[in-house]
Amino acid sequence: MSDNTANLKSQDHALLSVRSLSVEFGTSQGAFQAVKDVSFDVQPGKTLAVVGESGSGKSVTSLAIMRLTDYTGGRIAGGQVLFRPSAGEALDLVKASDSKLREIRGNDIAMIFQEPMTSLNPVFTIGNQISETLILHEGLNGRDARLRARDLLQKVRLPDADKLLDRYPHQLSGGMRQRVMIAMALACNPKLLIADEPTTALDVTIQAQILNIIQDLQQEMGTAVIFITHDMGVVAEMADDVVVMWKGEKVEQAPVRDVFASPQHPYTRALLSAVPRLGSLKGQPLPKRTPVMVMDGGVAKPVGDTHEQNTADYTKPILQVEKLTTRFDVGKTFFGRVTHRVHAVEEVSFDIYPGETLALVGESGSGKSTIGRTLQQLVEPTGGTVRFDGRDMGSMSPGDRRRLRQEIQYIFQDPFASLDPRHTVGYSIAEPIIVHGLIKDRKAIERRVHELLEQVGLLPQHAKRYPHEFSGGQRQRVCIARALASDPKLVIADESVSALDVSIQAQIINLLMELQERRRLSYLFITHDMAVVEKISHRVAVMYLGQIVELGTRQAIFENPQHSYTRKLLAAVPIADPQRERSKTRVEGEIPSPVRPVGQEPAIHRMREVAPGHWVAIESDQLRGAA
Amino acid sequence: MAGFILKRLLQAVFVVLAVTLIVSFAIRLSGDPAIMVMGGGNVTEQDLQNIRQALGLNRPFYVQYLSFLQGLFVGDFGKSFMGGTPVSLLISQALPATLLLAFASLLTSIALSVPLGVYAAVNRGRWPDQLIRILSLVGLSFPNFWLAIMLVLLFSIVLGILPPSGMEGPESFIMPALTMAIILTATNMRLVRTSMLETLSQQYIMVARSKGLRDRVVLYKHALRNSAIPLVTYIGLQFGNLIGGIVIVERVFNWPGMGTLAFDAISNRDYPVLQATITVLALFIVFINLMVDVAYGLIDPRIRTE
Repeated sequence: MSDNTANLKSQDHALLSVRSLSVEFGTSQGAFQAVKDVSFDVQPGKTLAVVGESGSGKSVTSLAIMRLTDYTGGRIAGGQVLFRPSAGEALDLVKASDSKLREIRGNDIAMIFQEPMTSLNPVFTIGNQISETLILHEGLNGRDARLRARDLLQKVRLPDADKLLDRYPHQLSGGMRQRVMIAMALACNPKLLIADEPTTALDVTIQAQILNIIQDLQQEMGTAVIFITHDMGVVAEMADDVVVMWKGEKVEQAPVRDVFASPQHPYTRALLSAVPRLGSLKGQPLPKRTPVMVMDGGVAKPVGDTHEQNTADYTKPILQVEKLTTRFDVGKTFFGRVTHRVHAVEEVSFDIYPGETLALVGESGSGKSTIGRTLQQLVEPTGGTVRFDGRDMGSMSPGDRRRLRQEIQYIFQDPFASLDPRHTVGYSIAEPIIVHGLIKDRKAIERRVHELLEQVGLLPQHAKRYPHEFSGGQRQRVCIARALASDPKLVIADESVSALDVSIQAQIINLLMELQERRRLSYLFITHDMAVVEKISHRVAVMYLGQIVELGTRQAIFENPQHSYTRKLLAAVPIADPQRERSKTRVEGEIPSPVRPVGQEPAIHRMREVAPGHWVAIESDQLRGAA
Repeated sequence: MAGFILKRLLQAVFVVLAVTLIVSFAIRLSGDPAIMVMGGGNVTEQDLQNIRQALGLNRPFYVQYLSFLQGLFVGDFGKSFMGGTPVSLLISQALPATLLLAFASLLTSIALSVPLGVYAAVNRGRWPDQLIRILSLVGLSFPNFWLAIMLVLLFSIVLGILPPSGMEGPESFIMPALTMAIILTATNMRLVRTSMLETLSQQYIMVARSKGLRDRVVLYKHALRNSAIPLVTYIGLQFGNLIGGIVIVERVFNWPGMGTLAFDAISNRDYPVLQATITVLALFIVFINLMVDVAYGLIDPRIRTE
């Protein structure tokens, strides 16, 4: 069969054929082409993954299919979107009338969006929002629609569906909201479901549940799915076919196994090489830097070298945390008496040694970020001791505490929000030097800023620019330079690479490792991403509900996980390998809340040492039940 | 909820105390009511003394103020210095006129500003938006007394279709209400526009559109309620200004309301009438703000649960 006839054939059966689609946005510098000449087909009941990094045009493509780009200032500049809801009938959505489009939206084609926290209207009940679609497209009356809404909530495995109908979105967790969103999208049995990064904002165990539900319902209802994502692990688990987008163009399309086994386009190869893979360092005791493929004028070039990260010095710890407890009061009676407390951190103990990276992993509410903030003195601890370089933080003078702020630095998750938009990045980097009085001479400060910029892979002349002139990855480099400005011994990196595209993420990880080697830095690396943890850390502490449940060397945690929660966490990570047998173990259950009524103290787990340096919490039946 | 209302009532007591104290004190600096009662002409100092004695003005200020407060407790506002009419009677006649005018203005303004503001937001940057914004700026720049006179000129003198003053029949409401409404609309429209723009960029609006809902439903069901909080807040704050503006507008249209009553009381140094008018208006503004807080909860369930 020649290529041409194959193409025609697939077009006849395809549910959706996107042909030479181009989308433009008007800007002050003229039209900007967000999507250029993109074509692909979606077969009935199959899943097509559209992958790419930020700015690749994948989200714009997904919006353009239903012509939702009309509402974002976009204009479809050319091409066709042929939709065949039934045999013989083909409708070009690009030319369809507004009323025809409204008939199709929510009925034949439905969409799930990325941010479950903002996808539901805060002022209407869940029941109202699901019923709305049914009343509109199926002409049901309010009562019947409500009954159907309840069935839909049960279908997405939400408990207590009856009560949920009258709840408001803010009373639900992110994972529950995303299930409501799925219920809403599937209300009218659509032929095509467009899911734009539906699990990116969710915890891994919740992500696994949501992916599961989408797959099950897809099989049950025969829905075709377009899955927009940047996560190659999710692609490997979900997709039949893959379209790779880069800078607004489709650079590759193939069945999922072929894309992973023999990527054709250099960009696809670069993208795959940057994906951190769980299990990639199996059998190796130390973390390792590996070269990153970076696109340079249409070709992928390796950057960096392979280097073992043998930097940790285990003679004397730089930071000793003992029985650290941090609680927050919430909920007060009329007379100001506290009724509930957030038990964010409960009797947590760990050490960090010079040149070592300790990863603190866990999901939302595990208390990992609170530990970071407590160490940075942004939050007062409720109990426990913290020793830095042998000195007790609790008994330090205000001057010593200020000096400690210089020795412990923080890199935040969001490089956009953590730089002052009204100051040059040079100013932002110089500020800690001036505040701590490290260098007095202005010229010397300037030289130091230039030096720091070079160390993080930027240019000295970048000092005069403002944050908005940088990309996300460059901004995170600026944040790293700022953290290094005061010459710290310990850097707390709180989800510092989570918001970055994988290729940028790989480069930043390499940069952090390189700086660690050069400056003997210690890192407390706070993250939810197990694959990143495997790449960067010497030791790992797994947190669950404010307590450490397992602590050990990276190799011990990844190759010999003992605690059921650690195993659950590892099992939930999507693996970027379509050949791999999909894990049969279902992850179930919400993450419990750390908020407790006053007087109900959580039980503190006792730890036992299963191997030298490998500590595991003794599991109560309750925890085993939850996990 | 009960605790909340209790706090608000306590707050109201302090507001009334503060406002009446300031007003009672200030009005006593402005001149002698005895002279006003006598209406000038040939009066001896003895005549004035007698009148002061009769009105109780020879007592120290704090005694006068406390006796006013005492009256408040039993619902007795005293008698007017001018003619001895009970103040409660004067207020019971004037208050409905003012309330009718205030609510007519407010409702007209909402009826105008919401659709205009929404339309401007939807057409952001295009000519309808520009036009609405220019109109709003023009509306903001009108002084209310000038606008009132211009309306009288147009509708009563040139066209001759509306009565120039007084409160007789529904048509007499049109001009005073419109004067107030135009000025309110100018600001409310901008507020609706800004707040709608913010809401329209939210993800749930795109979700509503992806469901196939009509624009009207997306805008007026999904977006408007989310945009209403700033508008309701502002209407609460506006009520103070509205009452202030009403004094002037009532004068121009000879409207028999609280504004006219207060104005005359100030001119005549008629302490009991002025103190009572101010007390009633202050209570009313406190009440409106309580309603605004209740409205927050009705509009947004997130505020309800807090």
